[in-house]
Amino acid sequence: MMPLFANILTEPVGVAHYLVVGAVLFVCGALCMATKRNAIGVLLGIELVLNGANLNFIAFGSRYLRDSQGTIGLDGQLMSLFVIVLAAAEAAVALAIALNFYNSFSSIDVDQADQLQG
Amino acid sequence: MSDPIYWPSFFFLLFAGIACAFAIAVVVSSNIVRMAFYLVMSLAATAGLFFVAGADFVGSMQVLIYVGGTLVLLVFGVMLTSQDRFISMKTSRFELGMAAGVGACLFLLLLFAAWSVPEWRSLSREQVDAIALEPTATPLGMALLGARVDAPESPDVAGYLLVFEIISVHLLVVLVGAAYLARAKRKGSAIAE
Amino acid sequence: MAQFLIAKDIWPWLAYTLAALVHIFLLLNLVAVGALLFIWMERKVSGRIQDRLGPTRVGGKFGWLQTLADGIKLLTKEDLMPEGADAFLFKLAPYVSFCASLSAFMAIPFAGGQYPFVALHMNVAVFFIIAVLGLEVFGVILAGYASASKWSLFGAMREAAQVVSYEVPLGMCAVVPVLIAGSMDLVFIGDRQAGGFWNWYVFHDPFTFVTFWVYFTCATASVNRAPFDLAEAESELVAGFHTEYSGLRWSFFFMAEYGSMMAVSLLASILFLGGWHGPLPIGTGLGLTFENGFWFGFAGNVLGTANILLKGIIGVTVMMWVRWTLPRLRIDQVITTCLKYCVPIAAMAFLGATLWQYALPNRVFFGLAEMRPQSYAIEEVLPNRNSQPADAKPVSVTAELNRTNHRANIASLD
Repeated sequence: MMPLFANILTEPVGVAHYLVVGAVLFVCGALCMATKRNAIGVLLGIELVLNGANLNFIAFGSRYLRDSQGTIGLDGQLMSLFVIVLAAAEAAVALAIALNFYNSFSSIDVDQADQLQG
Repeated sequence: MSDPIYWPSFFFLLFAGIACAFAIAVVVSSNIVRMAFYLVMSLAATAGLFFVAGADFVGSMQVLIYVGGTLVLLVFGVMLTSQDRFISMKTSRFELGMAAGVGACLFLLLLFAAWSVPEWRSLSREQVDAIALEPTATPLGMALLGARVDAPESPDVAGYLLVFEIISVHLLVVLVGAAYLARAKRKGSAIAE
Repeated sequence: MAQFLIAKDIWPWLAYTLAALVHIFLLLNLVAVGALLFIWMERKVSGRIQDRLGPTRVGGKFGWLQTLADGIKLLTKEDLMPEGADAFLFKLAPYVSFCASLSAFMAIPFAGGQYPFVALHMNVAVFFIIAVLGLEVFGVILAGYASASKWSLFGAMREAAQVVSYEVPLGMCAVVPVLIAGSMDLVFIGDRQAGGFWNWYVFHDPFTFVTFWVYFTCATASVNRAPFDLAEAESELVAGFHTEYSGLRWSFFFMAEYGSMMAVSLLASILFLGGWHGPLPIGTGLGLTFENGFWFGFAGNVLGTANILLKGIIGVTVMMWVRWTLPRLRIDQVITTCLKYCVPIAAMAFLGATLWQYALPNRVFFGLAEMRPQSYAIEEVLPNRNSQPADAKPVSVTAELNRTNHRANIASLD
């Protein structure tokens, strides 16, 4: 692993470098979803997770990171476009749910949303 | 004359550093508005990474929809629910520790996966410099309409017309649904009709 | 420019840095000097509209140096921060606004031709500028929250609702010229309108004419100018989001506001008003093109830059005129204007322009005149993947070829 970091400034980066950044974003997002008690904080975590995935799609689709036989080409960019658009839709609906919850319970703490627990 | 530093790699490091640092800051911070701000920085740096990878259209899209739209919406939500006790909500120390442990395991797993495939390592400088620059917006638009101008030699590469239509309808449904959910039923509600 | 320096055997990194610095210097000056000019103009215009003289004392008869005096006053003001404010975000907010406004100028071309005057020649420039201008709202929202004042918070919430809504019709309007030109490259769009005002896209067909006015309305709203300046409605919210700001930070908000006014005006003039091409082809008539030699073309480009800056300033003046003439709307009226009027009109204009373009291709000036053939092939240019400003490599795909390809592909679709 070390030689890959040694010449990172003098040589082009590869898919693996992008994957590492994507992994950091993904893990941060997952932790955010798991630990935050504010419903909107959980939403922010979801956005981070989606972005980590997006970054991987872009990396696999980029011709600069792998030779053209290995890339998934434009499909990677198309997939991340779809992810971005659907994330916007998801945020709108989730926000509406969060606001409704806040209006009914005067709280935004996800730990208090346990009515269906029985 | 060759340059000692390979500049795309430098910009990759710059943007990657910003993205990762602010992503970690999102997790560590407990103030919801600051979290949103850190997330903005992280996503904007991710857009920079898209530009470095040659995906300029997707990068602009990321700035326009994600940073300019979705996150403004989320901050709007934060402000509608901004009472002091919700602005910073602490998580218990035990939960944080456990999450950190699980997160570290997950990250190591992903790291191992990322480095394990030799084909995913970088190309040489000559190889990358030989790649011709191509515009992405036009082929992307054509692909959404079902024609793949980027892969004319392989007719079995599918277009995305159906997906595009489904997503359009889905967005319409979401728009109507969100408006219905957030409709102000009560008098004096903070939500503007 | 970087390529030019590299050709002179200078180290590449030095060449790139020099080129970048020159571009940054020029753009920063454009925004800063522009703000100086516009603040003076705002005072003069408002004075004349209200039957006053405006500033008359500082710096001679017309009060030329009034802004400078204002600036010195702002610099010497005490830098206040309210108790209970979120210090970090409070200090950061003005700079977020200013950076967003400034970076929009990065992709705006000031002259076209083979050697366009543009810091970052992007293939998706229209999109990029609209995206970056949308970020300005974040500074306002952060300022509103971090001030720990309910007036500021109300202002910021109005701003968030308003800007997110107005981005929709703004994008729809900006897409119409893109549709007609067949490219999102602003240099390309500008050069398609060369050769006289009858080639301008605002006169391309009735739908683009409507689109232009909708665009201007939405642009005014998206940069928070009256009658849409709900975020700083001083009769209701003290001063809205910048109630708690003073001194230099406050002035950064204003630089951002005037900067983005100029940016949307420049974008309007490139998309609809011919950009750097004057109403009559004087520069081309005098032979100031790159075909007659580099320096002739350079002179022509300087003329074009003066042209587009003049158009931008006229746009800003109209915004000022509107501000001091119309009363402010209520928040529900603002949202109604956007969602019930601007969006449907923009959508219909978009549809109409599509059909018009389909029925009457290669016609301009409401279909009355034949489209002038391009005097030179305009190449589609990509941003260099170094993300460095100043260096764009032309690729071999000419736009003509691209259009033929499209037709072939659409035909194969059918």
